[in-house]
Amino acid sequence: MKIVLRNLTKIFPSRNKKSNEEVVAVNDFNFEIPDGKLIGLLGPSGCGKSTTLYMISGLQKPSGGRIFFGDDDVTDLPTEKRGIGLVFQNYALYPHLTVLQNILFPLQNLRGEDKMTKDQMLDRATKVARLVQIENLMDRKPSEMSGGQQQRVAIARALVKMPRVLLLDEPLSNLDARLRLQTREEIRRIQKETGITTVFVTHDQEEAMSISDMIVVMKSGLVQQIGAPQEVYNDPANLFVAKFLGTPPINVFSGRVRGGRLFIGEDDVMAVGGVGDGEVTVGIRPEGFIPDANGALRCRPVNLEVMGRDVSVISTHPASLKEEIRSIINADLSVDVSGETIRYSIKPHKIFLFGKDDEERIRFEVK
Amino acid sequence: MVESKQQWKAWLYLAPAIVLLLVFTVWPIINTVAMAFMENYSGLVKVGGDSAFRIGFGNFVRVAQNSEFQSSLTNTILLCVITVPVSTVLALLIAVALNAIKPLRNALQTIFFLPYVTNAIAIGMVFAAMFNIVGSIGGRREIIVTAGIVNNIIEFFGGQKVNWINIGSTYWANMAVMIIYIVWNALPFKILILTSGLQSINKQYYEAAKVDSTPRWRVLTRITVPLLSPMLAYVVITGFIGGFKEYTSVVGIFGEGMGPAHDPGRLNTMVGLIYDSLATNNQGRASAAALYLFGIILVVTLINLQVSKKRVHY
Repeated sequence: MKIVLRNLTKIFPSRNKKSNEEVVAVNDFNFEIPDGKLIGLLGPSGCGKSTTLYMISGLQKPSGGRIFFGDDDVTDLPTEKRGIGLVFQNYALYPHLTVLQNILFPLQNLRGEDKMTKDQMLDRATKVARLVQIENLMDRKPSEMSGGQQQRVAIARALVKMPRVLLLDEPLSNLDARLRLQTREEIRRIQKETGITTVFVTHDQEEAMSISDMIVVMKSGLVQQIGAPQEVYNDPANLFVAKFLGTPPINVFSGRVRGGRLFIGEDDVMAVGGVGDGEVTVGIRPEGFIPDANGALRCRPVNLEVMGRDVSVISTHPASLKEEIRSIINADLSVDVSGETIRYSIKPHKIFLFGKDDEERIRFEVK
Repeated sequence: MVESKQQWKAWLYLAPAIVLLLVFTVWPIINTVAMAFMENYSGLVKVGGDSAFRIGFGNFVRVAQNSEFQSSLTNTILLCVITVPVSTVLALLIAVALNAIKPLRNALQTIFFLPYVTNAIAIGMVFAAMFNIVGSIGGRREIIVTAGIVNNIIEFFGGQKVNWINIGSTYWANMAVMIIYIVWNALPFKILILTSGLQSINKQYYEAAKVDSTPRWRVLTRITVPLLSPMLAYVVITGFIGGFKEYTSVVGIFGEGMGPAHDPGRLNTMVGLIYDSLATNNQGRASAAALYLFGIILVVTLINLQVSKKRVHY
């Protein structure tokens, strides 16, 4: 089931009666989510990603725009008629019911043609439990399970009625680091096996990048960029997206273009074709640095962190907008941080230019 | 060992409460038990004087054989068994409804709570006025000044007026008035407890139920009631304990006669009976009746707790 969001907007009226400040949580969101894909809504808190999810679920009403499931306009359809599965951030498992009863609950609500016999329900519940691997926990109460197990029960409860759309709100935020890794793979596997169009919300870019078919990066209610994770990482639309994606984060410098050449501080880094003269903001991915005795970018090394496969060099540069520059370098290359300066040449596809004021991407030709 | 040095301070602070409780609560309880076992004990005869009382179960036997005790017990149990469930269910529905509305919620909550801060006797008198027929009923020359607001309403809708509490009224007409009054009086406290309980339930359970297309009735029975069960258990248990001590409500409507003029004492309750025994200086029997009441409340509460163990989800 594809989901189409057309000019979706949500405005919260101001809480304070005296001021008329409205909060635009989601601003003119247009997107067509392809059938059977896993979509990650990504952004810092307050960017409108959860609001978007809750509008798709119907628990919140949009202030403007339409939502379609397939060809059906569901904008005015109440939640209970949308046929969605929703996994809440805190799971919202019914605490007084066992795992089995929790999973059966949505099935017992089915009426009319969809009404099932007890055996059919039990059969369906068992199948879903097997899918999320909790079939040995069926008699437990939610309070007797770990966060990861509760998470799976919540997914099972959402899946059991075969929803047209599965929505997950920060599904991994309550899990510890190791469980988070494991569970996100699990979500990916379950999504692939069921083929249900899935939208999930997260503020963790790594999480979104690792399992999504497509990510939507949002900021202050506005969609910044939509695309496959690697695409967005390799080709950010603006400084915000470039900064938001990637661990360690991108290094940012203030720079200047003069006569078709890019200067960072005093260093003449490279030729940038087709860019007019002026001030720019420069982003360089940590993996974009190559130690090179004749490299153009001259930094002062501070520290070296060895991480096995790679080493991470911490250095400073007068034009850097952050205190430190972090570059990731293949451990096979020898790096000397004992001297006064370390020189880098830069991989051209790992360096991005942005307008100094509007922070929009400025594209250039590599010569 | 700092704590043990400080202990005398703790005892000092507790002393006033302990002394008062010992004198006015613990000792009377012990004394009640003692009196109950002294045959024919009366406050008019000195204890331990020339006529020491025999120890035995005489008071208990005599109380149990007393027809007034039997009718009081029946009245009390009937009132309890009917009013506690009715008021609890009504309070639950009202609390859920109150919780579902936004405008006027606070105003309505205040209105629903008003009976709680109003004197029981005063409410009883108002109720009595609502059900009272002023004039002479029956006979060839019936003169009715007013039939009371309740009868007026019944007649407005084309019904027959009922003799609720006056001379010649039936037992069940009397009981109906008592039940309405007690339920109405019991609602505010229960609504208060249940609304505060409802507000502490995580809203996400209801959103989850909505996502799963749960019908309203099922949300109430499968989600609200179980999640509210600790509050419901509390309300039911205290309701039964209060119900077995019912007395002022009857006085409020029927006065000290504890029944309509032609049959005083018809609506007497356990507590009423104990007061009657005290008034006639039958302290021994009053104590025995009080112990019966204690026993009944104890058993009912234990049953309640036992049931709630299975049904209450903390």
